[in-house]
Amino acid sequence: MARGKTPGLNTGSMSDISFLLLTFFLLTSSINTDQGLQRKLPPPLKQNTEDVKMHKRNVMVVLVNMNDQIMVNSEFLPDVNALKDKTKEFISNPTDAPNMSEKKTVYVNELGREEVVSKGVVSLQNDRGTSYEMYIAVQNQLTAAFNELRDQYSQTHFGKPFNNLTESQRKGVQKVVPVNISEAEPVNYGGNK
Amino acid sequence: MGRFKKEISKSTPDLNMGSMSDIIFMFLFFFMVITTMRESTLFVTIQLPKATEVQKLEKKSLVANINIGEPNKLYVAKLGHEPRIQLNDQFAEVEDVGEFVYTEKEGRPEGDRNKITWSLKVDKKVKMGIVTDVKQEMRKANAFKVNYSSTKAIK
Repeated sequence: MARGKTPGLNTGSMSDISFLLLTFFLLTSSINTDQGLQRKLPPPLKQNTEDVKMHKRNVMVVLVNMNDQIMVNSEFLPDVNALKDKTKEFISNPTDAPNMSEKKTVYVNELGREEVVSKGVVSLQNDRGTSYEMYIAVQNQLTAAFNELRDQYSQTHFGKPFNNLTESQRKGVQKVVPVNISEAEPVNYGGNK
Repeated sequence: MGRFKKEISKSTPDLNMGSMSDIIFMFLFFFMVITTMRESTLFVTIQLPKATEVQKLEKKSLVANINIGEPNKLYVAKLGHEPRIQLNDQFAEVEDVGEFVYTEKEGRPEGDRNKITWSLKVDKKVKMGIVTDVKQEMRKANAFKVNYSSTKAIK
């Protein structure tokens, strides 16, 4: 048995092996995360729940039919992109118009003061024949409306956009501008599948 | 002055390759940590709709995918053009969604079961009928956190 210095291992091929592994993971990994519009579905209806009655002026009814045409409060809306401003106007109701949403004052814990909160609710109903693209476009417009209202509030009260607020400030603003989008129980209007 | 001249070696010295593998290993671990295996192959073609107000989904381990779209070229002959649901690695019917929700919840630790986001990946040409059916099934199965997967559009 020869004793003494052990011969040096040739580690050159080690890097080859790790390169191989590296390329494998490079190819199989997907860094881009999933993104999209996030919503919460309502719990299933119980047998004997009564409909919550809401004042008519507080509900903005958005209907989308099987031809992807939009109707807002029995008014035909030719362009989806107009929905955002319409929603903003309805929810915030700056002129206190009698056909738009009422307001109430609520004490918001996180902000430590009373705030004017809109009672408005957007009720969205679509046909089974509506295309998913249009559905997302409508949802996107509604989300944009609420996001902009939150940003407006944050800008005037904190001087920075909603996303830069602290956690508790954000919670407060969420209470002042709640996202009230209610999706109606599905009804088959069009007749076809 | 000429004294310093003599030590010019003829061959270039060997580079030490040992640390190279360290660097590569570092890369390797980085990718191993951030990686999640590519999801099951899609049998349906999905072109996501565009939206401006998208939010990123955090924590990939808490996301379950439900794919809806027209069957691939390979399956179109067998199944036709009618949009289909794909859960994990197979085609499914609307009734299977409840079962899918249950098994997905079972596969995750107890505390996380209500934090799962159900990402609906739906082709933009699909009609809302099938999507509504799936959503109704999800509501029945107590799966409420929904993400309508879409690509970011520039305003």
